[in-house]
Amino acid sequence: MLVLMLPAILVVFTLLVVPMGWLFWQSLYAEGGFSLEHYRRIFSEGIYWNTFALTFRISFIVTLLALLMGYPVAYAASILPQRWAMLVLALVILPFWTSVLVRAYAWLILLQRSGVVNQTLMASGITDAPLPLVHNELGTIIATVHILLPFMVLPLYATMQKIPYDLMQAGASLGGSPLHVFLRVFLPLSMSGVLAGMTLVFVLCLGFYITPELMGGGRTVMASMLVSRNIQLYSDWGAASAVSVVLLVCVLAIFYVVGRLISLEKILGAK
Amino acid sequence: MSERDSKEDSVGVSIRSVSKRYGDTVALDDITLNIEPGEFVSLLGPSGSGKTTLLGALGGFVMPSAGSVWVGDQDMTFMPPHKRNIGIVFQSYALFPHMSVGENVAFPLRARRLPKSTWPERVRQALAMVELDGYQQRGISQLSGGQRQRVALARAMVFEPRLILMDEPLSALDKQLRETMQIELRQLHRKLGATIVYVTHDQREALTMSDRVAILKDGKLVQIGAPQTLHNDPRDSFVASFIGDSTLLPVTRIDDHNVRLGKVAIRSAKTIPGHAGEHSELLLAIQTEKLLIDDGRHAPDVNRLACRIREVVYQGDSLRLFLELEDGTPITLRQPSHHTAYHQIPPIGASLTVALHPEDTIVVPRAGCRHTAANVA
Repeated sequence: MLVLMLPAILVVFTLLVVPMGWLFWQSLYAEGGFSLEHYRRIFSEGIYWNTFALTFRISFIVTLLALLMGYPVAYAASILPQRWAMLVLALVILPFWTSVLVRAYAWLILLQRSGVVNQTLMASGITDAPLPLVHNELGTIIATVHILLPFMVLPLYATMQKIPYDLMQAGASLGGSPLHVFLRVFLPLSMSGVLAGMTLVFVLCLGFYITPELMGGGRTVMASMLVSRNIQLYSDWGAASAVSVVLLVCVLAIFYVVGRLISLEKILGAK
Repeated sequence: MSERDSKEDSVGVSIRSVSKRYGDTVALDDITLNIEPGEFVSLLGPSGSGKTTLLGALGGFVMPSAGSVWVGDQDMTFMPPHKRNIGIVFQSYALFPHMSVGENVAFPLRARRLPKSTWPERVRQALAMVELDGYQQRGISQLSGGQRQRVALARAMVFEPRLILMDEPLSALDKQLRETMQIELRQLHRKLGATIVYVTHDQREALTMSDRVAILKDGKLVQIGAPQTLHNDPRDSFVASFIGDSTLLPVTRIDDHNVRLGKVAIRSAKTIPGHAGEHSELLLAIQTEKLLIDDGRHAPDVNRLACRIREVVYQGDSLRLFLELEDGTPITLRQPSHHTAYHQIPPIGASLTVALHPEDTIVVPRAGCRHTAANVA
């Protein structure tokens, strides 16, 4: 058994454990010796604070929007007959198979000053001037929500689809109006899916890079962009590593907290 | 919850020419059925007979394609389930897993926006009815199958519905518990006085519990009657084979009271269906427990059949004798397994005469023949 697993273990070790260890070491190495200088800067300099605050805020907004948009879709898929449910899910997953880069550029074209969205808004008289929809936080949020939506819908659907239909019928027979049954029975039973979806989307959003880089127009700097800039502009591997480590610790902390509420297998889709 | 000794509060149910089609499949075929206030009626049939669909039409989960459903003097055909005020006990119990026992039972009270101060007492009374008072704080997963069953029952009764529907509520329980619950349900029915419609595929359960049993097959109502009527006077071969344990043998009609089985004339105290000279398919339904070994003490006018013993099987409480008529037709006889009976049985291969009293001689038309259709109407 161990021999069979060896190639996989080697890959994980050389491509994950070694670089991570190296990253960790880098973050603690400055001016020729061990130093907490990089971390001190992260926790004391405004630019870092602001970036992390912005990253968390965008992740939070994206997560909420994805939940608001994903819940009805997952709900519809869970109550539709199998065939239609598969169609709905296919529509959700289909964009998933195209490159993130392609989708970000597509949004760029749609949302730009002379894009379809602005032209439609102006033609219908809702606005007089083009709205600034890209190269800012809004653009980042729109595209990120779109890209991360499947990660919300799929865990929600998996949970909802396991709620026995009997329970809804029982609720109705006992005098519960459809709204009452939804609020008292369906919603509470779908909460583990909500938590799983929110965790996945939030965690993925924390480390999002390409989309904010393209959609944010350089003004919306998220944590991952800080990493790339430290390396590309300043060749400061130590600072970049420290930011990565802080981000990783945040993600692990979130998983730890959520893991105490529901099983991690549920979030990762194993159950 | 107040106990009701009168049946004035309960309501009758009237199912009028209800049909349900799913595409080309006919789930219910023109079913008309009237249930008296306070009556316990079972819907009995094999799987796919439409009994659950019919229950769904009563509960509001199935919209009939034609016909109407009345409860009391109210047309409920198109009323949504939550306005019907019907208590339903589901096969799966359908207890809410995220609520405690008490919260489950209080659900109908909350849904009806009854004052919160009245809940604890009503929940307590409903749970006391099923002997589970004190279990309010328990979680559903902490309960045994039988206890879940009782909670489901308490939840369906707590709002004092005039009609309670039960969909195979005991099928998930083991045999012993099931039999206990059958008796308890019976007693509860008497205490509550509510009308109960009970779906089952277990004929023994239906006969034990019901005032009347409605037998369904392929979406049609074949026969409805008291357990004894169904047993002693089945409409056709389907009912005869479904109720009790019988052997069906083809016979030909001689006259209103006699048929011919092979070369033997068999007399029945009941009128043989059909008319003289008509070539309809008739079957003699011999219920295993009605067939007796002829020890010479039976009246001279009983039907006597000569057979040979093929096999004797000991079944605990009874002995089953596999016999063969002179022409090789197999029939079965069952008798209590007491000492005397055991010693009365000749060895395997020996010949034997069995007796069948004319009162126990049942002749039915083959299911699907026109007599069946005529008799149902």
